[in-house]
Amino acid sequence: MSENQFDYVKPKFLNEALDIISKSVNPFILAGGTDLIDMIKEGIVQPDMVVDLKGIEQFNQITFKNDILTIGAGVTFSQLIVSKVIKDNFPIIAELSRTVASVGIRNRATMIGNICSAVPCMDSGPLLTSYEAMIILAGPKGERKVSAENWFINSRKTAIEKGEIVTGISIPYPGKHAGCFVKLGRYEGEDLAQVNLVILALSDGNFRVSFGSVAPVPVRAKKIENLINGKTISHTLIEDAFNIIEEEIKPITDIRASKEYRMHMAKIMFERGLNAALSRLNGAGPEYGISVI
Amino acid sequence: MKKEINFILNGEKVNLEVAPGEILLEVLRDKLGVKSPKCGCNKGDCGTCTVMLNGKTVRSCLVLAIEVNDQEVVTLEGIMHSGLTPLQESFLKHNSFQCGFCAPGMILSATELLGKNPKPEKREIQEAIAGNLCRCTGYSPVIDAIIDLTN
Repeated sequence: MSENQFDYVKPKFLNEALDIISKSVNPFILAGGTDLIDMIKEGIVQPDMVVDLKGIEQFNQITFKNDILTIGAGVTFSQLIVSKVIKDNFPIIAELSRTVASVGIRNRATMIGNICSAVPCMDSGPLLTSYEAMIILAGPKGERKVSAENWFINSRKTAIEKGEIVTGISIPYPGKHAGCFVKLGRYEGEDLAQVNLVILALSDGNFRVSFGSVAPVPVRAKKIENLINGKTISHTLIEDAFNIIEEEIKPITDIRASKEYRMHMAKIMFERGLNAALSRLNGAGPEYGISVI
Repeated sequence: MKKEINFILNGEKVNLEVAPGEILLEVLRDKLGVKSPKCGCNKGDCGTCTVMLNGKTVRSCLVLAIEVNDQEVVTLEGIMHSGLTPLQESFLKHNSFQCGFCAPGMILSATELLGKNPKPEKREIQEAIAGNLCRCTGYSPVIDAIIDLTN
């Protein structure tokens, strides 16, 4: 039996939650719990107070208004998979969500939890940098927003400050677009990423490319974007992009893969993801959810 | 520090006191005597502790017992009140399990899938049980049993 001594509250309103965390020594926010409860059991964190956000109704919502998609702090990956507004406007989010762990985890785990844990292999990171998303925080001084690019500071380190709660993520609709999420695991089925990648193909001929799991934080590969934006994608252009990938990402060797393998596969994933995103933009290509590797 | 919680477990009201640090899996097994959820990896990877929380499968090793206050929990015991379900009959027919340790979780995951999608494709079945690890018979007879039921 767990020996952890902490208090637990499940407030109904955000102000109540902020008030509780301001009065606690080492408060932790609980959404899906798939990271936090494991960390508590392992003794990695020792909260004196656990604040469960699931009682706050507004956090449970996905809304799309004035070309801004807002994902609340309590929205699970399972909700993202079945959401019609996401399927119709941001199918890459559903494509990505379907690869996160397994059903029993996705039924609890949230995208906001994923980016607050901010482990380098998280799937949501490259998605949010490619979409130029904003992380919305509430704190003692009111609301503030941080761009996804500035949110991730290091492995497991984000721009959140003491006393703050992430209330949601806002994602601006980049106009008609297509994209591809590519994830390399050791096997089919649930696994953490060795490399992951989000490519968006916008209808103005521009691209957005972000890699995950190949550096402490997600990498928005702007040099690659500058190379390919507005151009017809040819074999030579992709070869040039491969050279830039070597400069843009810095994979490491760990228990899941060697840095050489990661670098090699990042190139293959980029080429296939780019081709899939372009075909999808033209109404063809593999259906969303079909892996291109 | 103990707090009173009330929830529905397999159709019946349950009331008990728990410390906020107590894990649902341990409370179900050790305090309430519900033994179908098992402790395998104890960190959410293996799926042997699967239970349904408000109709959705979750890892009970990663749920605080206090979180299920006012919620509904169903374990394998709860879906077989009137004997084996057709899904379980199909698992029996296909000799889908050997040691049976993964079976409660596997059955709940398949039950959730069939509730949402009565005619899943093989790929969807594989995806639905991807978080339930089996170390004996392999997955083929499990998948065969689910496919058989949907035909």
